[in-house]
Amino acid sequence: MPISKFVGARIKRREDPALIRGLGQYVDDLKLPEMLHVAILRSPHGHAQIKSIDTAAARQHPGVVAVVTGAELRDQIGTIPTTADNPTLRIPKHYVLAIDKVCYVGEGVAAVVAEGRYTARDAIDLIQVEYDALPAVIDPEKALTPGSPVIHSEWPDNLAFHWEQTQGEVENAFKQADKVVRQKLVHQRLAPIAIETRGVVARYRSAGKELTVWSSTQIPHLLKTHLANMLRLPEEQVRVIAPDVGGAFGSKLNVYAEEALLAWMAMKLGRPVKWAEERSENIRATIHGRGQVGEVEAAVKKDGTILGLRYKVVADIGAYHQLFTPAIPPFTGLMLSGCYRIPAIAIEVRAAFTNKMSTDAYRGAGRPEATYVIERLMDRIGQELGIDAVKLRRKNFPQPKEFPFKTATGLAYDSGNYQRALDKALQLAGYDKLRREQKQLRRRGRYLGIGLSTYVEICAMGPGFWEYGKVEVGASGLVKVFSGASPHGQGQKTSFAQIVADQLGIELDDIEVIHGDTGIVAKGIGTFGSRATAVGGVAIYQAAEKVREKARDLASHLFEVDADDLVFSEGRFAVKGVPRKALTIQQIARQAHSAKTLPEGSEINLSADSTFEPANFTFPFGTHICLVEVEPATGNVEIKKYVAVDDCGKVINPLLVDGQLQGGVAQGLGQALYEEVVYDENGQILTGSLMDYALPRAANLPRLQLARTETPTPVNPLGVKGIGEAGTIGSTPAVVSAVVDALAPFGVTHIDMPLTPQKIWRLCREKKPAPAGRRQ
Amino acid sequence: MTAAPRKKIALKINGVEQVHQVEPRLLLVDFLRDAVGLTGTHVGCDTSICGACTVMVNGAAVKSCTMLAVQANGAALLTIEGLARGEKLHPLQEAFWECHGLQCGFCTPGMILAAYQLLQRNAKPTEKEIRHSLDGNLCRCTGYQHIVDAVLYAAKAMAKKPRAAGRKSAARKAGT
Repeated sequence: MPISKFVGARIKRREDPALIRGLGQYVDDLKLPEMLHVAILRSPHGHAQIKSIDTAAARQHPGVVAVVTGAELRDQIGTIPTTADNPTLRIPKHYVLAIDKVCYVGEGVAAVVAEGRYTARDAIDLIQVEYDALPAVIDPEKALTPGSPVIHSEWPDNLAFHWEQTQGEVENAFKQADKVVRQKLVHQRLAPIAIETRGVVARYRSAGKELTVWSSTQIPHLLKTHLANMLRLPEEQVRVIAPDVGGAFGSKLNVYAEEALLAWMAMKLGRPVKWAEERSENIRATIHGRGQVGEVEAAVKKDGTILGLRYKVVADIGAYHQLFTPAIPPFTGLMLSGCYRIPAIAIEVRAAFTNKMSTDAYRGAGRPEATYVIERLMDRIGQELGIDAVKLRRKNFPQPKEFPFKTATGLAYDSGNYQRALDKALQLAGYDKLRREQKQLRRRGRYLGIGLSTYVEICAMGPGFWEYGKVEVGASGLVKVFSGASPHGQGQKTSFAQIVADQLGIELDDIEVIHGDTGIVAKGIGTFGSRATAVGGVAIYQAAEKVREKARDLASHLFEVDADDLVFSEGRFAVKGVPRKALTIQQIARQAHSAKTLPEGSEINLSADSTFEPANFTFPFGTHICLVEVEPATGNVEIKKYVAVDDCGKVINPLLVDGQLQGGVAQGLGQALYEEVVYDENGQILTGSLMDYALPRAANLPRLQLARTETPTPVNPLGVKGIGEAGTIGSTPAVVSAVVDALAPFGVTHIDMPLTPQKIWRLCREKKPAPAGRRQ
Repeated sequence: MTAAPRKKIALKINGVEQVHQVEPRLLLVDFLRDAVGLTGTHVGCDTSICGACTVMVNGAAVKSCTMLAVQANGAALLTIEGLARGEKLHPLQEAFWECHGLQCGFCTPGMILAAYQLLQRNAKPTEKEIRHSLDGNLCRCTGYQHIVDAVLYAAKAMAKKPRAAGRKSAARKAGT
């Protein structure tokens, strides 16, 4: 890279001036002339046959324009897509509105289109649906046992897919083990809860055959392709716009029924339509995350060497597959080695259909599960062998010189120095001092716990997923940057501008970053899997590099010197040895827009585009340390200290990286302590609003102490790895480990999440503490 | 289910007197967003938990998703759009920008107004007091730390210039 003025600097966000004034443009802020409003009637049953639907009264309600049911749409809109290449995959037909049967609470049954939002909502209550309730399948393990009711009658049982992989001498490892350590683990279902719910606006202009869909989505370009398929339209007729998106965390990395439904309605009715999801709909009918129950076992030597690992897991995928549903559990399998040398690993995933909303990618998507499995297991091994958690981890880390490090799950970790991050975190936390304090306070009947998590994660999705970028220097000198990534809070309007500013030697104010509109950005994939900077940012970097080299050629023509005789420094091309003879890229751009000054045959512009598909993933890592105090009398957990040392390779903007981490840690901590989507045995959702689904609040969280190490990746020229999900991945096991450590005197070795006061209080009452002063 | 007759309401929004005819059941937030066109006030949960819809009504922070527009008859309202004075941002807005107190920005208007109320009542809050007073506002992106930093930063800035133009102007608009 040339001299870096902006990359690495703490630059205030360019997104913010509009947002802090309330001038953002989210989907629900859109108002189009003649716009109609849509409300959706959703199933109150977890599992039921639809006997009849009577829409007559709703249709007659003043202000209602149309009512549609699934049966009418069967031949009009294709089924909701899923992507996976697993040959065992069973894909039930997933219609945008249910036809004969409902399979989860919240499944769409009918939709009303009306002149006003309230009117549409009123008319929903006038639709009469007769159901025949069927037994619901809720527990994913029971769903796979013989005799369970079957949700999709096309198949004999509820198995949605099966995936297994064995590498290394697993059987042998268990034969040679001094000890086998086992643990059953539950990864509870979570609701992503972006504060902006989903929303869709669709408009069709029949004259030009233009369908425009505004959606609160992470993937406008993928959505465009899928909508064209579902509606049987040429892709060129579909434009998808992701305006300001109010958070997503994976929940908007999808193709949802409402997106296709509203597009169809706009075409059918010839008027724009809008649907804004209510929060209770969001919890019922937007994807959930996690939802795995597994049992892990490790073959270990007395000295703490891990010989092999087996993990059998049942994934609760819900009633249908959403876009990436089948891809998530295998991710858990791939990352099971964590940041340790484990020569033999066997994984078996069985995915079960249940009468619930689909699970899919939620911040971390498979990696929090893997990290939780391996980190909880490390703690359990430490307990069983009487080896300190830190020592055990150190012993099993690969050394920095071993990178790229090949795991028994078939991955090659790009770069790493796990020891360094661990050392830094221990030092920052004052680990040894904390241990002494813990001992002293236990004698006084206070229960402090120290938890540790050393994690590695996989991000920057590709390979297989490229990203697109374009850089265009206009005649005025203003630079437009187009990205196929679709950020929704991450701040790439700022960080991408920083990359381009350095490459072209210009000021940030002269750069505008544009994304989220398939009508303007030629192609793209989207923002997910911590890929926007490590893949999309690299595409931008490459495009800017091309622009700079084009400018060099033009400068060589204008100065009548050889291109090699030019030096580029501080935004200027100068003739070697003649520093006064120099032009900025923006001056060159002005010349480039006039054919007179150009060499014959060259194009009148100064722009270039690029796609980047990485050859490998990147693997950020770090160490999180959490100190808690548990109050046995109330079951309350107070987080007293939280230290996170993360390594995401090179950092473009430390402010944004800190923000991603802080938010990520809060979400991981939410899983550990508060959050769970609960269904009862009939499939009723018991956490259907934010009054019941507990999110972390400002007062629940401690001030985090963040620090970094920097181990650049060789996978891309920027050396950046990705930081969107690391906080969530690293934090959950650290918190659980801390609480379990605090309760060690009670003989507790593991507690399933969320670690609610009720659960802890009960445990403390059931078990008496060991005499003060003893650690176990 | 015939619509009830519309009611006339007269109120002051961001310093401007307005008169509207509204359905009695119309929520204040929908009134602000749909009838007045001030879409900076957001709906996040419908149940007054998340605080994205927070506005100032007669000087008090109110969750506008659980108040009817007719209840605001005669009131003075301040929404996020009324906080800056022209180009001049309110110190809280400056602080949220400076401290990276927002990511997706959706909770931000409500968060800023909740903090605005706090600083009116307590000009020098501690970190603990800030965290406690923002308990009714949910943010899923930031983990709150930068938000807390922003409120501390704004409090400091406002203490230096107690008669900051933005603040005075906003207070005037809110009728306080």
